[in-house]
Amino acid sequence: MKWKTEDGGWSPYLAGALVGLLAVASAWATTAVMGKTSFLGASTTFVRAAGLLERSVAAGHVANNEYYAKEKVQVDWQFMLVIGIFGGALVASITDRSFKYEGVPPAWAKRFGNSIGKRALWAFLGGVVAMIGARMADGCPSGHGLSGLMQLSISGFAALAMFFGTGILIARFVYGGRKNE
Amino acid sequence: MNSLLLGLITGLLFGFLLQKGRVLRFDKQVGAMRLEDMTILKFMLSAILVGMVGIGLLNDLGALKISHKPMNLGAVLLGGFLFGAGWAVMGFCPGTSVGAIGEGRWHAIFALLGMIVGAAIYAELYPLLKSSVLAWKDYGKIGLPETLGVSRWIVIPIFWAGTIALFAWFEKRKL
Repeated sequence: MKWKTEDGGWSPYLAGALVGLLAVASAWATTAVMGKTSFLGASTTFVRAAGLLERSVAAGHVANNEYYAKEKVQVDWQFMLVIGIFGGALVASITDRSFKYEGVPPAWAKRFGNSIGKRALWAFLGGVVAMIGARMADGCPSGHGLSGLMQLSISGFAALAMFFGTGILIARFVYGGRKNE
Repeated sequence: MNSLLLGLITGLLFGFLLQKGRVLRFDKQVGAMRLEDMTILKFMLSAILVGMVGIGLLNDLGALKISHKPMNLGAVLLGGFLFGAGWAVMGFCPGTSVGAIGEGRWHAIFALLGMIVGAAIYAELYPLLKSSVLAWKDYGKIGLPETLGVSRWIVIPIFWAGTIALFAWFEKRKL
């Protein structure tokens, strides 16, 4: 097995297995530090970020919102984890020179052209729909996919199957079948 | 240690590994959904294989506590559908969007903004959903071993065997 990929990255098996170790160490460390086990996840942070932003213009509205009250609008462990993902990716990409400013991803450009506005609009709309879905399902590919399957949660298996199943279906519709290549 | 610092350190390592695995790219995510490039599945399943053994062991030793997310049928099915649809168009998931910005793929900022707006919309819809989709059928916080009535240590080797077979197939097909 090759440990390096053609583009200078690490084998996804190796990088993935290390994330597995990190997930175990993290679950153990959060239990030790916070007294309650926290698993890797990301999407709840978007609720807190939305709440923090909204609170700066309409504090009363946020205070009275049932969902914000449930998820607690604050900078917490997971919020810092998400900020850390940005920093870790920045360090990794700068040190191995894979950092690249990109306004339109290659696979998108191939199908829809080089318009940044078009890409931005669809990325935004896709983001809106995806996050409504992630909050409804109570997790994303990190929380349901990685953390859910590691714990053998039924909800993790079901959610990941829905994520990929729908993703495959919609991707076929949006980007066309393989024959379009 | 303070929980915020712990989160930051964990996130830095997570982001580093996500970037090294090259899974932060739009092309990799959409490539998986188009069944052309299985990098993200190899990455996720490898993490899961290692993680399920470690988490299972530490849970049995009492060093941490497994906590399942609820198997709320309407929520997981409709939510999973909406997420999958948005994911295919956006080409990022919540965690990877942040990482993608870190490696310079700045178009992910629009995905990130969309997700923050989506979260705000969800907060407004929540009371309505709570009495409809979320109230349909909740099986509660259930795990596969308890549901099957077997030990975790029966399920894990079977999952390993199936996943390794899948990996072999990916390599054979050069996916």
